[in-house]
Amino acid sequence: MVRRKVVLHFPHEQVDQPIISKLVRDYDIDFNILKAFITPREEGLMVLELSGEEENFAKGVRYLENLGITIQPLSQDVRRDELRCTHCGVCTGICPSEALYLKRDTMEVGFDEEKCVACELCVRVCPPRAMQVHY
Amino acid sequence: MAKTIAEINEKIKEGKAVVVTAEEIIDLVERKGLEDVASTVDVITTGTFGPMCSSGAYINLGHSKPRIKINRVLLNGVPAYAGLAAVDIYIGATELAVNDPLNEVFPGEFKYGGGHVIEDLVAGRKVRMEAFSYGTDCYPSKHWEREITLQDVKEAVLFNPRNAYQNYNVAVNRSDRVLYTYMGMLRPELGNANYCSAGQLSPLLNDPYFRTIGIGTRIFLGGGIGYVVWQGTQHNPDVPRTETGAPRLPAGTLAVLGDLKGMDSRWLVGCSFLGYGATLAVGLGIPIPVLDEEVVRCAAVSDADLFAPVVDYSYDYPQGTGKVIGEVSYAQLKSGWIEIEGKKVPTAPLSSYPRAREIAQTLKSLIEQGSFLLTEPVQLLPCPARDKAYQEGGD
Repeated sequence: MVRRKVVLHFPHEQVDQPIISKLVRDYDIDFNILKAFITPREEGLMVLELSGEEENFAKGVRYLENLGITIQPLSQDVRRDELRCTHCGVCTGICPSEALYLKRDTMEVGFDEEKCVACELCVRVCPPRAMQVHY
Repeated sequence: MAKTIAEINEKIKEGKAVVVTAEEIIDLVERKGLEDVASTVDVITTGTFGPMCSSGAYINLGHSKPRIKINRVLLNGVPAYAGLAAVDIYIGATELAVNDPLNEVFPGEFKYGGGHVIEDLVAGRKVRMEAFSYGTDCYPSKHWEREITLQDVKEAVLFNPRNAYQNYNVAVNRSDRVLYTYMGMLRPELGNANYCSAGQLSPLLNDPYFRTIGIGTRIFLGGGIGYVVWQGTQHNPDVPRTETGAPRLPAGTLAVLGDLKGMDSRWLVGCSFLGYGATLAVGLGIPIPVLDEEVVRCAAVSDADLFAPVVDYSYDYPQGTGKVIGEVSYAQLKSGWIEIEGKKVPTAPLSSYPRAREIAQTLKSLIEQGSFLLTEPVQLLPCPARDKAYQEGGD
């Protein structure tokens, strides 16, 4: 069983295709949509958590790649500027997945990228604007 | 055994002063007792790092040729106050860029304001200055535009009318909609609780009656040296207190000042609060001289002994009702959740405890190295409770 959060970039010509439903039907992959939008350049962007059997997962990824869809792991996309973060902790109160959390012994803010669902709430709530999104 | 500040300074100069932080002293007193600690420790250092809106800097830009009497001025598009002599200006931390959309599209982002200008200057970055005037016989110029840096302005002084709040509200939201406040984003129906104090490390919570911190006290300010110059605005020492004298509500405040040219942008950070505005996070630390056992008793408080009021920011704060819906200790707040009206509510701080600790440690090192001497306050801050409690001591 494989479970990964990924960012899919759909080229302009694929935006109107039922790609995810084929992924589910043909490759038996479960999905949870965390975010989806179409950019001003009419490219699609979707943040998903995908899970399935290892073999199916690999096939599913190949299917997406063959359609010209680029796949990035989510953890590369929401980043913390370590120099800018003051470890105040205000982000920990709004982070829905507890990816941002306080280490109770030091009261420093930890960031578990694996748990991040890229909701981007922290990006606008962080007072020194240390959280950044790079899609 | 009572000590004087002069005696403590002698020990600092000789490199013999014993310095501990307000965090370290808690264990020390528990293990060795008040009497022992009062005789062996000389200084207790404190620290706090959080958004402090009542902050700003006055700057003398140096004269232009021909001269100008500035009437209106922008620093990176942010207006500064120019109602002073010719090229003196004051940039306030919460001032916003003239083209900021504010809350037109709610909640506004307030990406750049006076606090960011101050941070940019301290970081050594160039800042675009544009000044306007109407022209006089003695100051004929009507427009002056150039890039300034902290180094090339004549003087730059951080002057904050209200910093280091002694205790603060815990903000919650009892309404059914999300609130965007200076205490951060507050989720509906008691979805979260935000607090803002360094608690057991906070300067004024360790000297609750202002027995040692007064006008003229030398402090760590924004990474440089500063001074307490007056009680801060809204200074209100007349509040209910705990057994050790700690205020149970927001109480005393400090007006502080220091040379901006000696400061560091690690300790002056421009901040934006969604839907509210821009401000400046300030790092501030104060040394407390161990004059007697009483100083130690007050400074030995831990987060479990310090209490903050819980205030509803959906109605009671904005309407100024003064209502407090609960009281919680800083130990509870730091545990990650508190209980309000029977509901378990997650907590988050606005004030950086790791940075507060770093300030107290830095101040400790400076004093141990002999490079930071203590000062005698030239006048104590107003505090009727102190005058009453220490009448016999002749404070």
